[in-house]
Amino acid sequence: MRNGCNPSDFISGVIQKVPPSGIRRYFDLASEIDDVISLGVGEPDFVTPWHIREACIHSLECGETSYTSNYGMIELREELSNYHSSAYGVSYDSNSEILVTSGVSEGLDLAIRAITNPGDEIIIPQPCYVAYVPAVMFSGGVPVMVTTKMENNFKLTPEELEAAITPRTKAVLMNYPNNPTGATMGKADLEAIADIVSEHDIMVISDEVYDCLTYNGGHSSFSSLDGMKERTILLNGFSKAYAMTGFRLAYAMAPPEIIAAMMLIHQYSMLCAPVTAQVGAIEALKNGMHEMKSMVRDYDRRRHLIVSGLNKIGLDCFEPKGAFYVFPSVSNTGLSSEAFAERLLNEQKVVTIPGNIFGDAGNGFLRCSYATSREEIEEALSRIEIFVNKL
Amino acid sequence: MGLLGMDEGTRHILECLEEDARLSHEKIATLTGLSVDEVNKRIKEMEDSGVIRRYKTIVDWDLAGDENVYAIIELKVTLERNLGYQNLVNRLSKFPEVRSARLLSGQYDLSLTVCGKSMKEVAFFVAEKISTLEQVQHTATHFVLKTYKEDGIFLYEQEHTGRLVVTP
Repeated sequence: MRNGCNPSDFISGVIQKVPPSGIRRYFDLASEIDDVISLGVGEPDFVTPWHIREACIHSLECGETSYTSNYGMIELREELSNYHSSAYGVSYDSNSEILVTSGVSEGLDLAIRAITNPGDEIIIPQPCYVAYVPAVMFSGGVPVMVTTKMENNFKLTPEELEAAITPRTKAVLMNYPNNPTGATMGKADLEAIADIVSEHDIMVISDEVYDCLTYNGGHSSFSSLDGMKERTILLNGFSKAYAMTGFRLAYAMAPPEIIAAMMLIHQYSMLCAPVTAQVGAIEALKNGMHEMKSMVRDYDRRRHLIVSGLNKIGLDCFEPKGAFYVFPSVSNTGLSSEAFAERLLNEQKVVTIPGNIFGDAGNGFLRCSYATSREEIEEALSRIEIFVNKL
Repeated sequence: MGLLGMDEGTRHILECLEEDARLSHEKIATLTGLSVDEVNKRIKEMEDSGVIRRYKTIVDWDLAGDENVYAIIELKVTLERNLGYQNLVNRLSKFPEVRSARLLSGQYDLSLTVCGKSMKEVAFFVAEKISTLEQVQHTATHFVLKTYKEDGIFLYEQEHTGRLVVTP
């Protein structure tokens, strides 16, 4: 008779410290109810444009099924380099400064692991995407939360950043346009952050996956600011702009030393991003601009619809200028984010995500995604109105 | 108006109407962030200038049980001195049977879509009214067997893949 074991004793202490995702619980709750209208989805409702899918099908027909360069296909890196130089005026060398990753999620993990020693602090403005804090914890780093505020349109202010910096600070992790708030930061806002970053000699990890989804004026890329290219690890991908979430295709741009460090991890963990997805990404960059812009205009119209609808109901929200989320405050209803979201789901079958899932800074808010059809947004708004009026 | 370029607001209005011509001006104002007055003004201007020709419905006549027959007629023509295509197109287009008329590049000059009650009626129409015109050298009649997509709209059910109800 051999000794029995308790598998949970084998889980690493680092992982045990990471709390389970709060979003998981909402998924389970919502899955039990039929005919829900979901404003809880963080991905486009469009199917990937046909020309991109067709290019992938053709590539499979041609038997393009092998590994690619660890860095990603050179043709893709060249297209990416061209895109960044024409869109933001920043030139990245396709051989040494670009790494194709499996989603921004992988890029984020690589970026943090590449620069973080145990005990190093990474500053995370909140509310933020759910993976940021765990990604820092996985690397043994210490996440330092900064609360951004609705009165500042959820922008990170230079004062808030400076107050969080200590001698252990390694980097700040920025995400504008922002999930979950839809906040954007213009060039002048970012310049003020760049001053602090340079003064305190820290790096910036800039997740710009929503760069194409900005309304009323274009996106400012952090590395395009004077002197910031060498301090920026830029992360971006194809999921949001080109409705390619399931392809898991993204990229990192950074100074050669940083890309080399990220590449060390990538080559031994992921090896390379899927070849079919890379072919789709090349097609997206070459021929996808027109359809992408048409999707963005569609989001823009829904944005107007949902912002005015929520404000009319009495759930105050500032006008988000990017991504596809609105972040209304529910504090004047007297309910917590969680109570509001859960009762709304049970009583009116509308899925929203309580803001506190994106950090304590999101307490009192809801994330509503407008990446869903206009009819569904209108129906959701009328159900939310009924719910609020009954409170 | 087209010559002066088009701003984002106007493009939004046109895209809204192209997708659903029955949208109220109030709804369009909400969707575009423009005032209702501004939307009224811009739509009126575009109606007056002909940018917006008319509002119509895309009908799946087959599904409605209509027995009409459609054909695409290609025409090879000779032009009269001093008279361009316009004169001929004008004569052709006045027939109510002619639903669309286009000038094409390539082997044929003009393409018409013709509608009739039967194949026989369409064939006779082409033989009697079109082929007999002096400028028409040659015609080729292609009967439409089934329409799959009309003006960007699919006339059959599209495959539908669901998303998860909650994602981060």
